[in-house]
Amino acid sequence: MSFPDPIAVFRTEAAELLEQIEAGLLDLNVNLGDKDQVDAVFRGLHTLKGSGAMFGFDALAAFTHHCETAFDRVRKGEVPATRELVTAVLEAKDHMRALVDTPNGDHEATGEALLANLRAAVDGANNPGTGVFAKAAPGQNHFKIRFSLPQNAMANGTNPLPLLDELRELGECEIVADRSAIPSLELLAPTDLYVSWEVELLTTQPRSAIDDVFIFVMDEMQLDVTTVEPAPAARTPAKTQAPAAETLPAAVPQVVAAAPAAQPAPAATALVDAKQKKASENVRVPAEKLDELMDRVGELVIAQSRLSQLAGGSGDLQLRAVSEDVERLSGELRDTMMVLRMVPVTQLFGRFRRLVHDLAHETGKTIELVTEGETTEVDKSVIERLADPLVHLVRNSCDHGLETPEERRAAGKPEAGHILLSARQQAGEVIITIKDDGRGINKERVRAKAESSGLIAPNANLTDQELYQLIFQPGFSTAQTVTNLSGRGVGMDVVKRTIDALRGTINVTSHVGKGSEISLAIPLTLAIIDGLLVRVGDGRYVIPLSAVEECLELPIEEDMRSRGRSFISLRDSLVPFLRLRDLFRTGTKPDPFQKVVVISTGSERVGLVVDQIIGDHQTVIKGMSKLHHDVATFSGATILGDGDVALILDVGHLVAEGQQQEAHLRAAG
Amino acid sequence: MNEAVRKISENLWGGRDELEVLTFDIAGEMFALEAVSVQEILDLLPETMVPGAKAFVGSVINFRGKVIPLADIRLAFGMEATKPTIDSRIIVIAINIGGEPVLAGIRTDKVHEVTTLLRAAGEPPPSVGMRWRPDFIDCLVKRGAEFIILPNLQAIFSAQHDHSATGASHG
Repeated sequence: MSFPDPIAVFRTEAAELLEQIEAGLLDLNVNLGDKDQVDAVFRGLHTLKGSGAMFGFDALAAFTHHCETAFDRVRKGEVPATRELVTAVLEAKDHMRALVDTPNGDHEATGEALLANLRAAVDGANNPGTGVFAKAAPGQNHFKIRFSLPQNAMANGTNPLPLLDELRELGECEIVADRSAIPSLELLAPTDLYVSWEVELLTTQPRSAIDDVFIFVMDEMQLDVTTVEPAPAARTPAKTQAPAAETLPAAVPQVVAAAPAAQPAPAATALVDAKQKKASENVRVPAEKLDELMDRVGELVIAQSRLSQLAGGSGDLQLRAVSEDVERLSGELRDTMMVLRMVPVTQLFGRFRRLVHDLAHETGKTIELVTEGETTEVDKSVIERLADPLVHLVRNSCDHGLETPEERRAAGKPEAGHILLSARQQAGEVIITIKDDGRGINKERVRAKAESSGLIAPNANLTDQELYQLIFQPGFSTAQTVTNLSGRGVGMDVVKRTIDALRGTINVTSHVGKGSEISLAIPLTLAIIDGLLVRVGDGRYVIPLSAVEECLELPIEEDMRSRGRSFISLRDSLVPFLRLRDLFRTGTKPDPFQKVVVISTGSERVGLVVDQIIGDHQTVIKGMSKLHHDVATFSGATILGDGDVALILDVGHLVAEGQQQEAHLRAAG
Repeated sequence: MNEAVRKISENLWGGRDELEVLTFDIAGEMFALEAVSVQEILDLLPETMVPGAKAFVGSVINFRGKVIPLADIRLAFGMEATKPTIDSRIIVIAINIGGEPVLAGIRTDKVHEVTTLLRAAGEPPPSVGMRWRPDFIDCLVKRGAEFIILPNLQAIFSAQHDHSATGASHG
């Protein structure tokens, strides 16, 4: 087993911390009195400083220290939180990122300027204070606690981490692990506990509260509690080591390697109670390893379907039993794997809060960003590719969509513009919507611009949707002025290209004076899907099961009816159907009893007429070769149990193609 | 002769005087491909037609768990279709399309051998007197009484790729 480079691990951790800090700051900006956010920002800064110092990012630690100091004073109520302070720290945060990325770069001048800003922001609100750490407030007790548990404590089911957590709950607390007793690796027993702890605690609770924490382990442990007179300096040395101590789940080899994200060793895992799990059991894995694993699982699923087919054809009961076991296991493995690849869109949406904050500053508009459905989960690779187009769309909404406060007042709207960013899942697709309450798209201007640039013929008869789609043409911009943000006409075509590449669709609705809404519908293209295997002519095809609503037999009278009207009535509603045999030009005789698979694509239901429904099939999606990228009917291919290739139908595109064909037929009469 | 040698496509020979190739038959003509681009020679496999794709790459095959297109070079050279025989093989090659390596199978009637061709025996495709598109051929190499065709796969596949919008629809 190889350990990740600790510096790389720190960078990842730092990036997350910076994100947390930013989120906290932005929340704080909305509600300056929010104590929780002040604490959250402080905690983030504090951890960043600590781990930065531990990994040799001294410049970062020193710089962060000043921000931390400022926030500590806010936290203690010495200085009120102000917008100036938030802005100063936000800028400082960007500088911290630079310090993380290029620790050896020349950052001093920028840093000094930012610190001056910060000082001004703090001093502006209050007179300068000196102490980093406040003295214990009246009514607070300052305890020094030293405790060690017996070496076999973990084997007996005691977990020291919840104890530390309980201490933290009592009040402000600095925990340092004493690792001096950890033996060398060959002597180390992974189940034994070698670490003892020193804790400094500022609390309003009495001494007995500390005893209560240790009540269940009191008999076997050593506990020294001393009360200290407030002496701020004494606490300083503990600071930088604190994060290390916090990530020490037990005296196990990983910890000796001092990786902050070290996971508990198996022996320790068994002891970790549920409360602790969420914090300590996260493991960071590089994405490509996940993809590799996915490939292996894919191969396994293929091998498994071959096994099932063999077992099904033989009378050997034992073989069948094994095959069924393997089928169940590989199904579970696949499900687990899929969950691993899914990440909530929170990550994606999180970064827009900062973007909007900055845009509001630059444009002088007041903008409120509301996000919805952040827990919607999307495949990781999809998330990554969505980031860029969404940036363009959000920028566009901020810059072009929303009016200035004066214009909004004049139009009788609230001064603050609203942007809603939402995500939801719908039938195998994730729908991401960006909605603003701005001025809307000026159709006449789009038309005029399109005509003048020759995109459409003058007075061409276009539907609103067709007209709106023009804004995604390269170089198309109706903005009269090119601003720093947008208006150059690049951007929207990037959106279009990316969404096309993801085989998604863009839908635009807009009302002049009321705002616009842009919806991106992106298929949840996962590496493995459940599919319905059907036969059309001699070919076998897979329909994604998530799109299938129901299967039925095509009534003979409907089948016999003329081609001009291809509808079946399904519980009193008319559903158009497509004959895949015609679409694929199979040139074979149709089976006597045709089946209809009813699929839904967004708002529409369509029936697909097939010769035979073979059954449920777990499908590993293999991408189509570049040479077949012009074939939009298929989103991919898969390998069946017998080694043959079956193509996976791209439901959305298929329906579009079918509708064209329908239109042709109708036109032909 | 010297002049002719100069005209031979450099991207194939790359300054070398000898080339290791795999020779094979398609529709009565002998072709050769540089041996290093050949991944594998397979017996005929079950093909899956791709409705709507161009006839040149009208089907896909399962190559060791990968789905790769099967190309029919005869269509690029306007040759007659031949029936599969006991000698028919699929040659899997890696070609570079748009900067990315792409695997593809090529249907052949018979695969001969790996042999060494001499640059000195090579000639650029004649600009007249040939019914094939000259840019589809890197060079012709004389061996005994016959010519071996070294097709320019990059050009052939790219042509199919670029003209995908206008390409003939496959029935």
